[in-house]
Formats: sequence, structure tokens, C-alpha cells
Amino acid sequence: MSAKRKLKLAVWKFASCDGCQLTVLDCEAVLRGAFDIAYFPEATSARIRGRYDVSLVEGSISTAHDAERIREVRRSSNFVVAIGACATAGGVQALRNGLEHEAFKRAVYARPEYVDSLANSTPLAEHVAVDFELRGCPIDGRQLEHVLSALVDGRRPAISGHSVCLECKLAGNVCVTVAQGTPCLGPITQAGCGALCPRHSRGCYGCFGPQDTAAGRSPSLYLAFDSRGASFARRDER
Amino acid sequence: MSRPADGDKRTRTIRVDALSRVEGEGSLFVRVRRGVVEELNFRIFEPPRYFEALLRGRPYTAVPDLVSRICGICPFAYIFGASAALEAAFGAAPDEGIDRLRRLAYCGEWVQSHALHTHLLHAPDYLGSSDALGLEAPNHNLLDRAIMLKRAGNAIVETVGGRAVHPVNTRVGGFYRAPDRVAMDSLAATLEPALAEAIESVRFFAKLPHPDFEDDYVFVALHQPGEYPMQRGRVVSSLGLDIPVERYEEFFAETQVPHSTALQGVMRGLDRPYILGPLARYALNAAQLSPLVRELAAEAGLGPVVRNPHRSIVIRSLETVYALEEALRLARAYEPLERASVALTPRAGRGCAATEAPRGLCFHRYETDDQGRIAGANIMPPTSQNQPQIERDLRRTVEAGLALDDDALRESCERAIRNYDPCISCATHFLRLEIVRD
Repeated sequence: MSAKRKLKLAVWKFASCDGCQLTVLDCEAVLRGAFDIAYFPEATSARIRGRYDVSLVEGSISTAHDAERIREVRRSSNFVVAIGACATAGGVQALRNGLEHEAFKRAVYARPEYVDSLANSTPLAEHVAVDFELRGCPIDGRQLEHVLSALVDGRRPAISGHSVCLECKLAGNVCVTVAQGTPCLGPITQAGCGALCPRHSRGCYGCFGPQDTAAGRSPSLYLAFDSRGASFARRDER
Repeated sequence: MSRPADGDKRTRTIRVDALSRVEGEGSLFVRVRRGVVEELNFRIFEPPRYFEALLRGRPYTAVPDLVSRICGICPFAYIFGASAALEAAFGAAPDEGIDRLRRLAYCGEWVQSHALHTHLLHAPDYLGSSDALGLEAPNHNLLDRAIMLKRAGNAIVETVGGRAVHPVNTRVGGFYRAPDRVAMDSLAATLEPALAEAIESVRFFAKLPHPDFEDDYVFVALHQPGEYPMQRGRVVSSLGLDIPVERYEEFFAETQVPHSTALQGVMRGLDRPYILGPLARYALNAAQLSPLVRELAAEAGLGPVVRNPHRSIVIRSLETVYALEEALRLARAYEPLERASVALTPRAGRGCAATEAPRGLCFHRYETDDQGRIAGANIMPPTSQNQPQIERDLRRTVEAGLALDDDALRESCERAIRNYDPCISCATHFLRLEIVRD
């Protein structure tokens, strides 16, 4: 990619709350012309036809129509970045996965037959190849800027894979689990937020999703919660 | 206003109803026969996310973080609505310090949302532009002002809530950690210059030429003596309704429309739609605005009631000034809370609350079991309630614009919808207009 030519940027929305797109709209580089904005309905009604150098995709796949649409986005894009928990993990709406979908429809809609919706809410990567995943609910603005500037420079973006727990230690926070007995998912959660919740005297609730090497440490965290009587694992939360 | 007759099918109550997402893709279908609009459907196609169903059986402590995810643009409308409803269900009342901190946070949400909509999403309609990026003189500083005001809104939300989108510091009963005095001083320093810019924005928007369009709207908003409504109040209407929020569902309901995942609001016994949001808040609460904002409104040529939705951009900019003034006042007067939250005793109960989201009144009802788990929930967001009125504005826009070609008519229709700020992703170029002319 030449650094001279502006990259053509597209921003897409699937099932989501718009919070990650809002973070994109807080990004001055995007607003001030670092990219040719080719498709970004939240910011402009102008539209340049593909192909797109970079597509930022918010939201999960939860309808048959969207499952088709994400394939079109993939076909028309050179580099696809999944932004946020919905696009990388299925989002809060994936809490329905594995439960009885028809009952959910009936619980919410008087006429469920009008509603097009798949039983599971799934991340983009279950449907198409994704070039980079940016975690968070919502994504962190600094991480987004890092990814965008890497792409402008023609580098491959890289986000450090450490856990929230390490961010917390670096910030010098007192550990909420050790000092207060508050259950905290920091040891197994991908970093990026700046250890926000422990800084506010609450445990991390994992909105950046599991850190890549977290699986091995989960049993010991479970034991740590259990021995403190936090009974976190027994809560009816997933 | 009269109560509905029992068994009236038009206004059937939906007991467990949807939190249908309303931002996202929408479409408009219009059928015109011999110059008469025969069919007009404004539809919203956001994939359903089943929030009310997801909440069932979960502990009350999980509710604020979950409902925040309904909307990344107005999370406090959901967080505070849910928190107040659950506090009511448990018979708890947060003290004044917590209430003031919530109001400060809510000011931040209004500034974030209104700054984005007025400057970046709505203003281009009046300037004949596709967006607010790269505008030339004399409009070139619109983007700078948008960025400055958005930052001011973010600063408020971060100071109180810890994060600009999906704040982490709020809980049922109050906050996890009370901000310190130093944080409030630095916040006040950020807000002062933003207030001056917001005043300039009002003057800029007031001068924009706007289409002539009026309707005899039925306004519905919260009302609280002594303040412009945000986080509480009674529900009032321009027809004389004045009820506590607990009785909301006796008077308002949602109905489902074919092939739309958004439910539509109806006022029982009323044969036409009602309108929520800036026009309604202003018409029913203008006297509670600050002297500065009232002066700016007069300077902008607004009377006590505005019936032209194309002037909603001016009211949003006035509300931005109000929210910044109010935030400055609250930040300067802030005394660190002794207790960041009140103790709660979960019990089986039912609680209601309503807040004024930037787009209008957002109603919440929750039922809990004796462990404080969620047994039932009903949330009525403002955009779904505004949908019938949006359709009515659209019908009149189409009728008045039949002589226009399809592109010009589509543009008029998009403008009619953007007047409602119907959540962000709807707000720009989301409309597929299919027009059949027989």
C-alpha cells in the first residue's frame, strides 16, 4: 500500500448498539480526512463504490440476510477489521445462543412470525476470513487509532496480548480481589481498557473478552474466587 | 384524554414486549395512486436482540451493564432508568448527592448525543451537503465545534462514569466510586470554553434556512418543577395529561407492525400519534430553562411552542447550552460523596422509571423475585414511540412533494426522519425509497 494515496475506508454495521461506531466518530484522523470515506452511513450520505482498502465492521451476524451481507463486505474489501465484542464474539445478544430461540421471540414479540432472526448470534470470523480483530465493548479509541495508523503506514497492526491484570499492576492499583474479595475477571481478560473497572473499585466484568492464553489460568482463578467465598462461578451469569 | 374502551384491538397491550433496536437499516415504501398517497410504510430492520428476554432470571446487579448495551449513544437513559426502577422496586431512594451526580452524567450524554446529531448528522441537510467533513467557509468550523463539544460531553461522562461509551462506574443504588474534587475542577475547566462554542452553535443553527412545515403535535415529556427534565419527573402532555410514571402503561402501549422489528407507540384512546423529544420537552418545560437559554431562544426567534420539526436542530443546540451550564453548575458545587451508593435490600417487587433520553422519554418497568432476580421487564425507547408520528410527517411530506422527482422526494423524506434523530445509524442515508406511481 502506498502511503501517498489515501486509503478507501468503509464502516459497516450489523447487530449492535452503535457504540463502537461512535468510537470511530470520536477518532479525529477519520473525521479530518486521513481516509477517503467510501461508505460510512453514520457520518455521510456520500458513497464511493468499492473496492475498499479497509472495512471496519461492527456487530454480530444474527439474521440470514446479514450472513449474506458479511460475505459481500468480505468480497469487496482488502482488509477487514472486526471491531468490538459483537463482531469478535457475538456480543451481548449471544447470551441467547444455546437457549430456546422461539421462546425468546415469543417473549418479546406478539407476532414472532414477522421477525427474521437466527437462533445464534455469531462473530464475523464464523462466516468470513477476518484480517484483524479489535476487542472491547466498546472498542478503545487508542487501540483503534493504533490500528488505523498502522494501516495508513502499510504496517500490519499489532495489539499487545496481555491481560487487564497486567494493566492494573502497571497502574499501581490495589487488587480488588485480594484486598476487597471482589470477583474480578482481569487475570483472564484481554487488555485495552486501561483497567477501568478496578480503577473504579469494581471487578472487571470481561467486556474485552478472554485473553488468548487465558484458558490455562481459568481453573486457578475459579479456585481463587471460590476460596474467597465470592461464589462468582455459581452465579447465573455467563 | 379519555381512557380506552376495553377490548379495543388497536391499542392492545403487549405484556412482555420488545426492546426492538431502532437504529440501523430502515426503508420507506410509498404507493401513490392518482396523486393520492395510498400506502406509506416506514420500516426498521434492525436485527432483534431480545433484551427483555435476556434479562429474565438475571440478578438485578447485572442489569445496568446489560441494558447499557441497548444503545451506545444513550447508555445512561437505560442505565439510570433501570437503576431508578429497581431502586423503586426495592423501596430504596438514593440521596441527593447521588441524584446530582446522575444529573451531571445525564448532561454529558445530552451534550455527546446532541453535538453529534446537530453538527455532524443534521446540519448537512440545511447546507446541501452530504456530510460535515471538509466543509468550506463560512461553515468550515462546524467540524471543529463538533469535535470540541463531543469532547466536552465525553469528559463529563468519563469523569462520572469512567468511560465515554458504556460507562462502568454506575450501579443500582448509585456509583461504585465517587469522583474526587480535583477531577471536577479539571472537568469545569474543560466545560467553560465548550459553553462559549455551544452558544455560537445556537446562533449558527438559528440562521439556517428551514422548510415550512408544521403539525398540531401532541407533545409528551417529563415535567419536574424547578428543573428542565432529565432523570425524573411526572409524565405530562399538551392535552393535559399529568400522571406519575407508575401509571405510564395505563396510557401508553406498543404495537407490532408487520415485518418491522421495532414496536410502535400508541397513546390509548388517541386517534393520532404523539411526539417525544426536543420539541415536546421544550413545549412543556420552556419556562424551566435557564435565563441564558431563554434569551438565546428569543434571539433565535423561537416562541414558547415550536411546531416545525425542522427547527428541532435549534432546540437541540439550546438544550446543549443548558446541559453544559447545568454540568458546570453541578461540577463546581460538587462535594465528594460520603457514600457512593445506598444499601439495597432485594425483594419481590415492581418498579417503574422514566428518563428523558436525548431523543425523548424512555420508560422502564421491572419486576423482581424475592432474591432480586429479574422476573419481567418492559422498556419503551423513544424512537419506537416516535415512529407513528414520523410516518405521519412522512405522509404529509410526500403529499406536499408529489411534484418532485424521486431523488428530491427521497431527500425530503430523509430530512423528515432526521428531524427525530432516530438513533445514529438511521440518521444518515439509511432510507431506501421505493415509490410506485400508478
